Amino acid sequence: MDEALLRSLTPGVLAVLVRRGADFAAAEDAVQDALLEAVRVWPADPPRDPKGWLVTVAWRRFLDATRSDAARRRREDRVDEEPAPGPAPAVDDTLRLYFLCAHPSLTPSSAVALTLRAVGGLTTRQIARAYLVPEATMAQRISRAKRTVSGVRFERPGDVATVLRVLYLVFNEGYSGDVDLSAEAIRLTRQLRSAVDHPEVAGLLALMLLHHARRAARTAPDGSLVPLADQDRGRWDTSAIAEGVAILQAALARDRLGEFQAQAAVAALHADAPTAQETDWVQIVEWYDELARLTASPVVLLNRAVAVGEADGPRAGLAALGELDPGLPRHTAAAAYLHERDGDPATAARLYAEAARQASNLAERDHLTRQAARLNARLRDTG
Amino acid sequence: MAKYLLLKHYRGAPAPVNDVPMDRWTPEEISAHVQFMHDFAARLETSGEFVDAQALAPEGSWVRYDGEGRPPVTDGPFAETKDVIAGWMVIDVDSHERAVELAGELSAAPGAGGRPIHEWLELRPFLTAPPTVTE
Repeated sequence: MDEALLRSLTPGVLAVLVRRGADFAAAEDAVQDALLEAVRVWPADPPRDPKGWLVTVAWRRFLDATRSDAARRRREDRVDEEPAPGPAPAVDDTLRLYFLCAHPSLTPSSAVALTLRAVGGLTTRQIARAYLVPEATMAQRISRAKRTVSGVRFERPGDVATVLRVLYLVFNEGYSGDVDLSAEAIRLTRQLRSAVDHPEVAGLLALMLLHHARRAARTAPDGSLVPLADQDRGRWDTSAIAEGVAILQAALARDRLGEFQAQAAVAALHADAPTAQETDWVQIVEWYDELARLTASPVVLLNRAVAVGEADGPRAGLAALGELDPGLPRHTAAAAYLHERDGDPATAARLYAEAARQASNLAERDHLTRQAARLNARLRDTG
Repeated sequence: MAKYLLLKHYRGAPAPVNDVPMDRWTPEEISAHVQFMHDFAARLETSGEFVDAQALAPEGSWVRYDGEGRPPVTDGPFAETKDVIAGWMVIDVDSHERAVELAGELSAAPGAGGRPIHEWLELRPFLTAPPTVTE
């Protein structure tokens, strides 16, 4: 039995049932039944059209379940009135699932869980492991999400931006357990791109590929963080970089700039530099200016200040930083870095230690603590 | 998608508003309190926000390495110990605001006279693995 084939077919089958008017939760139950049936029947009697086979069996199961439930009679009538399924391309059905799973009525964590389950075809156990929560917790999260969207019917596609936000959340979770969520997010975004002609979908895919390309170099074997400037560029995945850059260039050529394209442009400029010293910081500052115009996000302004520090010197960077709210995440770490470059290790050491206390993740905290320790050791030696 | 630890203290937290030691409550008041905690955890399981909850005994030992080939040194609770942890609950929620909201609800568990204890709970975010994107 080809498990990968079943997994790749599942979202499409689910999508057909949802398009025909099946309740989301009931549709998923029916699809699970059909998958079990496939595992039983296919080895001896493989179907010519696996997806068509699954749709037929799942739809029959759905109707059986619906009919056996008298309270659902009314909905059954509605389903029967649905026009017969037309020759709509399979990819449009899956697209519906993307929008359903990113519905604004869902909280971010519910939207992410439902997307991985319904569009990604992952098991609840796999998703629970990836998020380090008990399987029962993830099962409840998913079934609540299904209930929330059970009444939603689709007349037209929703907001692409919402779908992209959910996919980016998945990507940023990185990986743990037996599922690589970054790779999964890339796979789903690729699939979305084949269905939606939107430059921001391409922008997000390019961004993910460019970040993903550097992953092997971002951590040392002991798990500690390696900053961009110190990364072994030989370990970057050049084919992923080339693909990301090509996708980005095609998107930019359409002249409908968005947040993800601009972020990808920054990532591309980093990926493009043969050494950290040869990074085109002037152009990176320009892209951050575009991003600030598009989003007005304080995090963007913080990154811009660091880039200004590289392009025009640490004093200019500190001046840019001085205009921002000191309570911003990583504000203290950025200030520490710029003070060190400005030749003030005592201030930098103090700020690094302070930034370490504020860090929200382990690798970053350890990294900042080491920076403070390194400068303190140097100050002891010289003073 | 962010985990928080809700810490209950036997000792060490600021005094709650309804400050009557549990052994002075009526049995019904204790039952009501226990039931509240139970229902709270059950509700979080249903909402998909529950990770773990454990109660701890008040008495603990301190243990220390005492050199190569020697058994570890143990000691009872130090007299000057200010802080005793009663138990914890771990939740996985969408935002810090939601974590504060839930901690507030938990702090309203009924105590003496059936009125909320207004107990202080310590809320601590977990340090996470680094996100894929940082630089």
